[in-house]
Amino acid sequence: MLKSKTSRWLAGPYLLWMAIFTVVPLVIVVWYAMTNTAGQFTLDNLTQIGRYSSVFARSLILAAISTVVCLVMAFPVGYFLSRLRANKQHIMLMLIMLPMWMNFLLRTYAWMTLLEKNGLINKFFGLFGLGPFNMINTSGAVVLGMVYNYLPFMILPIYTAMTKIDDSIVEAAQDLGCNVWQILFRVLVPLTGPGIATGITQVFVPAVSTFIISRMLGGGSNLLIGDLIELQFLGNSYNLNLGSAMSLVLMVIVLLCMSFTSSFDESEMEGVM
Amino acid sequence: MAKKHSALLMRTYVILVFCFMYLPIAVMIAFSFNESKSRSNFTGFTLGWYKSLFHNEMILSALGLSLVLALVSSVIATVLGTLATIGINSMSRRSQLIINNISYVPVVNPEIITGVSLMLLFVMAQSFGIGGESGIFGWPTLLIAHITFNIPYVIFNVGPKLRQLDPSLYNAALDLGCTPRQAFSKVIMPQLSPAILSAFLICLTYSIDDFMISYFNSGTMQTLPIAIYSMTRKKVSPEINALSAVMFCVILAIILISNAADSRAYRRNQNAIRKAMQDEGGR
Amino acid sequence: MKMNENLIVSLKDIVVDFDGQKVLDGLSLDIHDKEFVTFLGPSGCGKTTTLRVIAGFVTPKSGNVFFDGKDIANMPPYKRPVNTVFQKYALFPHLNVFENVAFGLRLKKMAEDEIRPKVLEMLETVGLKGFERRSIHQLSGGQQQRVAIARSLVNQPRVLLLDEPLGALDLKLRKEMQLELKRLQREMNITFVYVTHDQEEALTMSDTVVVMSGGKIQQIGSPQDIYNEPKNAFVARFIGDSNIVDGVMLRDFYVNFGGHDFTCVDRGFKPNEPVQVVIRPEDVQIVPPSVGMLTGLVREVIFKGVHFEMHVDVEGYEWIIHSTQASQPGELIGMNIGPDEIHIMKRSEV
Repeated sequence: MLKSKTSRWLAGPYLLWMAIFTVVPLVIVVWYAMTNTAGQFTLDNLTQIGRYSSVFARSLILAAISTVVCLVMAFPVGYFLSRLRANKQHIMLMLIMLPMWMNFLLRTYAWMTLLEKNGLINKFFGLFGLGPFNMINTSGAVVLGMVYNYLPFMILPIYTAMTKIDDSIVEAAQDLGCNVWQILFRVLVPLTGPGIATGITQVFVPAVSTFIISRMLGGGSNLLIGDLIELQFLGNSYNLNLGSAMSLVLMVIVLLCMSFTSSFDESEMEGVM
Repeated sequence: MAKKHSALLMRTYVILVFCFMYLPIAVMIAFSFNESKSRSNFTGFTLGWYKSLFHNEMILSALGLSLVLALVSSVIATVLGTLATIGINSMSRRSQLIINNISYVPVVNPEIITGVSLMLLFVMAQSFGIGGESGIFGWPTLLIAHITFNIPYVIFNVGPKLRQLDPSLYNAALDLGCTPRQAFSKVIMPQLSPAILSAFLICLTYSIDDFMISYFNSGTMQTLPIAIYSMTRKKVSPEINALSAVMFCVILAIILISNAADSRAYRRNQNAIRKAMQDEGGR
Repeated sequence: MKMNENLIVSLKDIVVDFDGQKVLDGLSLDIHDKEFVTFLGPSGCGKTTTLRVIAGFVTPKSGNVFFDGKDIANMPPYKRPVNTVFQKYALFPHLNVFENVAFGLRLKKMAEDEIRPKVLEMLETVGLKGFERRSIHQLSGGQQQRVAIARSLVNQPRVLLLDEPLGALDLKLRKEMQLELKRLQREMNITFVYVTHDQEEALTMSDTVVVMSGGKIQQIGSPQDIYNEPKNAFVARFIGDSNIVDGVMLRDFYVNFGGHDFTCVDRGFKPNEPVQVVIRPEDVQIVPPSVGMLTGLVREVIFKGVHFEMHVDVEGYEWIIHSTQASQPGELIGMNIGPDEIHIMKRSEV
């Protein structure tokens, strides 16, 4: 039928492409991570990373905080959207996706100007005789930037999962004596598990690997893994081997995160793209 | 009463979240009309920043590069990806699974990893003398990088559509006299074309929007996001505000137009279905 | 019903296996021209596979498919003079009603001014006049069904294959379409090969019913034959309710079951050969216990609209009896069975 043997060859160019430009580069990363500039095998690059453990810890913590904040913020929004009438849902979804389509550099830049010492927010506080607060170049600003940029990636999968929950399920839970919190934790959260898992991956992975947000909102003092890697590849401390070792560690972190979340659901990825 | 209360609370909360999402953009747009360079005091109205934006050589050439790059890479990715989807679909379950998992790699991998791994490949290729004196970083590396991260989106958009396709459609075409090739072009392709088109559009947007991967593989070339990045690094320039405003309006317009077209088609369809039901009932 | 003797499709020793599992096991079958043939059987019996062998979507592992005497086992589907109405219609969603119906004609490179009247006429035949510009999504299930039939028939196939085409329709519409299909077959004067698992549908529409199970043909015959003279217990059970009890053929025209000797119309068995006896539920007469050939205890009475269905215990066998008069549960009843109503089958023929 459609599955004739000859049509398999149509995948050939793609498979070749993927082999050369996806698989081989990753192999090269591993190879660089395990060698020195002379091309000899060494584990020095990996052991050196220990020196940067505070940066790795900061990345993980800030990304984790952002993910949790996103989750808490997004969950009610997802629920609210899913209970609207179909045409209203459509409009609201568009409103959520619209900022996503703006280049994230521009969105981050917007916060840069807002958070400045003489920025609009401090000016606002000044009206009440407060401040000025030192907001830019703090880790708080980095978290804010992450939450702002990645919030839609949490809202959308949760919303998608919510739409599959019938109103009568919530009513049944009420009927059986659930209060609001019980409905939340015994019904809604378990039923939206796959959506939450997808959302966590979609927020955590870019957050833990970013270098733009930290550079624009965190100043020089809030280096993240992404900054370190960027410095090794294009920055002053040019060292491809060390950079590869860091990338390798970052990949492992991401893989661990994903294997954790994918235990909730395997197939969800296809639906959210 | 309590229910009404919580509904109001919910609505307020959602409005606040939307404010959070839109206020920064609104402020940028507002200050794009600000006469002075101040980012907190509105001193007077001007369109000057727009004027200088449209005369900014760097931005305009970056925009041109981004558009051409997006178009070329999306076309290639769509063609390669669509062919691949058909090929993959006719493989065994097992090979399909393996290939799908590999295809996910660029999608789930942090962008920075995709960026630096490709960069390493190109560095290595250069060290073998490929690209000659001037090196290969620039157009070729950008194009390859963009195609690489775009193809999986084609596969994951067209693939499910192809699998959903009723296999008896193909059989029906054969039954009515199509050769396998005709059945493909007359029946299967028209079914897939919406998915292929949307895959192409997704590729375009990802390509225009990409910063991370381009950043490591652009050499000295500047795509629009890279140009924006260098603008944000340098002195304060309200031209960025103007650019944001322009981009926001373009995106808004695209969304509104496609939305209007969608909902009109939807409504027409609903009416027709209702009519069909009445016909059926009357007979 | 007298068939003309022209064979149109002939299957010889067809074997089909999917992943080593035999779906059709040495199946042979003759289909006559202008006949309405139904393949009837439970799901997985191989009826749809047989249809797909004729259409050319399944290539048998061994065996021959003859069409008009020519072996077409290796002919691709698009060259075969048959057309199929698919289970879920398989209408092309990107084409409107007219274009769907015109699809086959266009492939034959027929001139546009020839196509148009043909398509319109066919749409009128199936009762869809004025629908030609509708999109497929704008049709109800029944209308889609009609388009699918028109799309096939417009190509003037010698044989129309229908794969459970009414399965997705509701009961009322299904009954309507059954009559409609029968009318179309008579009007077009071609062979219909119909696949269904619904025995009532098969009996209503067909000239010939082919009862299948386990990749084999169990019985071929007219609906009356199949109903009245099931060849084995499978056919008897599958076609309508029936009581199948063990008995002994004493001699020609005499059978013993349920502890009583009955006269019957069957012969040709060995003396005292163990047999199975089939009695349709509506063929049992209820009489006072004193004059009954058999007596039974009524266990349950269910009102079925036209009749009552009673479950009656006769010496440990549960019998089903249909009667217009209800007995009471717990009541002892007598049962009489006429010689014509007793059907004898050899033991263990399944």
